[in-house]
Amino acid sequence: MSSGTKDHAALSDIFNKDEARVDWHDETLWFVRAKRDKAAHNIPEWESLREAASQIKNNVLSNLHNYLIEFEEQAQKNGVTVHWAADAAEHNQIVHSILKEHGVNRLIKSKSMLTEECHLNEYLKQNEIEVIDTDLGERIVQLAQEPPSHIVLPCIHKKKEEIGELFHEHLGTPEGMADPVFLTAAAREHLRETFLTRKAAITGVNFAVAETGEFVVCTNEGNADMGAHLADVHIACMGIEKIIPKRKNLGVFLRLLTRSATGQPITTYSSHFKKPRPGQQMHLVLVDNGRTTQLSRPDFRNSLKCIRCAACMNTCPVYRRSGGHSYHTAVAGPIGSILAPNLDMKEYSDLPFASTLCGSCSNVCPVKINIHEQLYKWRQVIVKEGYADPTKKLAMKAMEFTLSSPFVYKNAGKVGRWFMKHAPFTVNNKLNLWYQHREMPEVPKESFEEWYKKNKKND
Amino acid sequence: MTSRAQILAKVLKNQPDTRPLPADLLTVFPAADPVQAFATVLTTIGGNFVEVSDYQAIQKYVLEHFGGQRIVSTLPELVAVSEQGWEHQDPHSYANVDLAVISAHFGVAENAALWITEDLMHQRAVPFICQQLAVVLSKKEIVQTMHDAYLKIGTADYGFGSFIAGPSKTADIEQSLVLGAHGPKGMTVFVMD
Amino acid sequence: MNVGLFIPCYIDQFYPNAAIATLNLLSRLGITVKYPVNQTCCGQPMANSGFEHLTQGCNDLFIDNFSEFDYIVSPSGSCVLHIKDHLHSAAAEDKASGIRKKVYELTEFLTDVLKVDKLSARFPHKVGVHQSCHGQRGLMLAQMTELVDAPFSKPLHLLKMVEGLELVELSRPDECCGFGGTFCVAEEAVSVKMGKDRVADHINHGAEYITAADMSCLMHMEGILRRQNSNVKVLHIAEILNAQ
Repeated sequence: MSSGTKDHAALSDIFNKDEARVDWHDETLWFVRAKRDKAAHNIPEWESLREAASQIKNNVLSNLHNYLIEFEEQAQKNGVTVHWAADAAEHNQIVHSILKEHGVNRLIKSKSMLTEECHLNEYLKQNEIEVIDTDLGERIVQLAQEPPSHIVLPCIHKKKEEIGELFHEHLGTPEGMADPVFLTAAAREHLRETFLTRKAAITGVNFAVAETGEFVVCTNEGNADMGAHLADVHIACMGIEKIIPKRKNLGVFLRLLTRSATGQPITTYSSHFKKPRPGQQMHLVLVDNGRTTQLSRPDFRNSLKCIRCAACMNTCPVYRRSGGHSYHTAVAGPIGSILAPNLDMKEYSDLPFASTLCGSCSNVCPVKINIHEQLYKWRQVIVKEGYADPTKKLAMKAMEFTLSSPFVYKNAGKVGRWFMKHAPFTVNNKLNLWYQHREMPEVPKESFEEWYKKNKKND
Repeated sequence: MTSRAQILAKVLKNQPDTRPLPADLLTVFPAADPVQAFATVLTTIGGNFVEVSDYQAIQKYVLEHFGGQRIVSTLPELVAVSEQGWEHQDPHSYANVDLAVISAHFGVAENAALWITEDLMHQRAVPFICQQLAVVLSKKEIVQTMHDAYLKIGTADYGFGSFIAGPSKTADIEQSLVLGAHGPKGMTVFVMD
Repeated sequence: MNVGLFIPCYIDQFYPNAAIATLNLLSRLGITVKYPVNQTCCGQPMANSGFEHLTQGCNDLFIDNFSEFDYIVSPSGSCVLHIKDHLHSAAAEDKASGIRKKVYELTEFLTDVLKVDKLSARFPHKVGVHQSCHGQRGLMLAQMTELVDAPFSKPLHLLKMVEGLELVELSRPDECCGFGGTFCVAEEAVSVKMGKDRVADHINHGAEYITAADMSCLMHMEGILRRQNSNVKVLHIAEILNAQ
């Protein structure tokens, strides 16, 4: 998943070399945003639903300690084995030890962004355990040996022809076949065989109910259910922030989640797992991995309210034109850009700057996370912690010096317009990033201030 | 210190001051005709809405559309058209079921989801592994929104339950909607008075 | 009514006509406007780049220049939003908080304070309106497409009073243009692509002019239009509301 030394701007630059592809990517995701809008506008009380969801999540964060204990107690009563993992490494070890105990070296996994965050697949592979992702999009990127580029639509960056090629190579579909219906049918056959032969299944968790100890997994494909109901061992992995207080709160979240994500009124399957089926083992791994640190940051703890709908990605004009991989982290887009610096401030110091702060992300967020305000705040933290680019630091010092003093500013302005040298754009040359694809503003004969002094000052 | 103790201690130390839960939301804009609303949404999401007068009509429909195929059902009213004694086999053995006919506790008008718990499935795998799913629903058992749905579920105990809305689907390849990703390729809802 | 004119640095330097139009428009509406000549910049370029801690000089200067006025009006939504959200001063916090409450973007001042209901302006052209994000989503100058709420738009309300002006509809009414302050060079590729797409939406719908309540977005789009040798021009909304 590491992008080497390339940051978001450099990776976006590469993505933008193929403009037709950028247009295609942008239009595809805009289509999803449009579906979200239509679904939201069908619910006249949409904004009060968002407000309720936001308040429920605020309550969760303020009482998380007790809810976690309550959830564990109820889940154990239901016959579920509960594990606690402080970080990604411990999460991976716990999963591995459960598999070892059952002598399992092949398993299936439905979508879980947490296991992406923990790099579980790589870890298990190193331990000679084969993982097959069953969500179609995840299976496709897995065959391509790439990480997902989107948390809801993992292979949204891939064209059907490219998927056709992958399937031709790995599943033996006819060469040149790129029809989505045909390819989906091929994947169905291939994965059905896998479902029928794996003894362990991993799923993610969308919501875990403290009151009852049950957890809810939402899919459209039915892959989480196929996996869990056929396997002898079901391991569900969740971040500790996925807790909600009461079963009835699900009414609010299930109304919001899929409308925000894809514009559907609900996912095809919203499965409530409470007890293992007779003869089956059900394990649940509760993972911290930096969440308690994020909880300690008053400006950023709100990000833990996220329900992973990806509406902020679909609406983000930057994400649509830079692609998910440009964020070089498991959760891309605006929400990823406020989550990732908490995990590694140096590695992800570029992400809060990968935004125009347009604010559309905060408006679509079903739990009302102030995403764009947090992007702004992360910028301040990252600069203060010393992760800013040194040349930028110098430019900012020059700006501070000039702009805090009317005398310096006016004189700088007069000398060939100070701005031509110091504003985001400098003179017309190849090093000038403004000028590469944009003309410079035409320089007027006088500044407003000069005009004002001549024409108005003595009015 | 165990990870459990460590995580809980950090949560306790870092969680903000208590914020209250909001008042419960209720349905604000009920559909004038919930059955019609349910039917419209179900059709939109790829399901098949079939109004029937009685179980005989269902039998007739099943024979017409699925005659000669492997049919399992949890409904005693459908013994004449379905396999007997299937309930206690290994779940993998249902991989070749062509049609499963089960019933739902209730449906939800706003999203055409059907609430079905384990006791109505007999085997959890059944509604997911079959090629086609059919669900019998009483017209009286259609609630307006998910708020009403959870009011109805209340504190009911179950090992497993699912809201199922339409056939299995995916749009992972270029946002093209395809029915029948891993689960049923089609879903029929038989609605009775 | 004692109104101070806040002209952002780049408008002062590059777009004096937008500032002159703002001043003349307010004067024609009977408002006495004063321009404090010692103003420089609100500090937003530094703050949005993560250097808010270097903006105290700008803040103090802003407070010196503007605390005496009843209202502060500016033809730039983005700069107004910066002042509203981030102007602070340990030494004079009461003055800073006073300024945060009385600073207005031009169209919201015209709509909310002056309650303008007619204008004698004429501009017989097809015009596309760019909803600058900081004005729209930050200052709520217009309803946002993401929200489920009643529509309104302060800039459109005013433009509809202009004789002969024909508004063009856009496919994406409130998508960001990609300027984003230092984003425009720090993320050059995406910024330019966003700008090209935004401009194309206006051109495809027949706009002769693109207008906005924020000159910075227009500067970015103008740079792209001129590189494309397009005939489409940008004009600050004040210049249209003041056109005869």
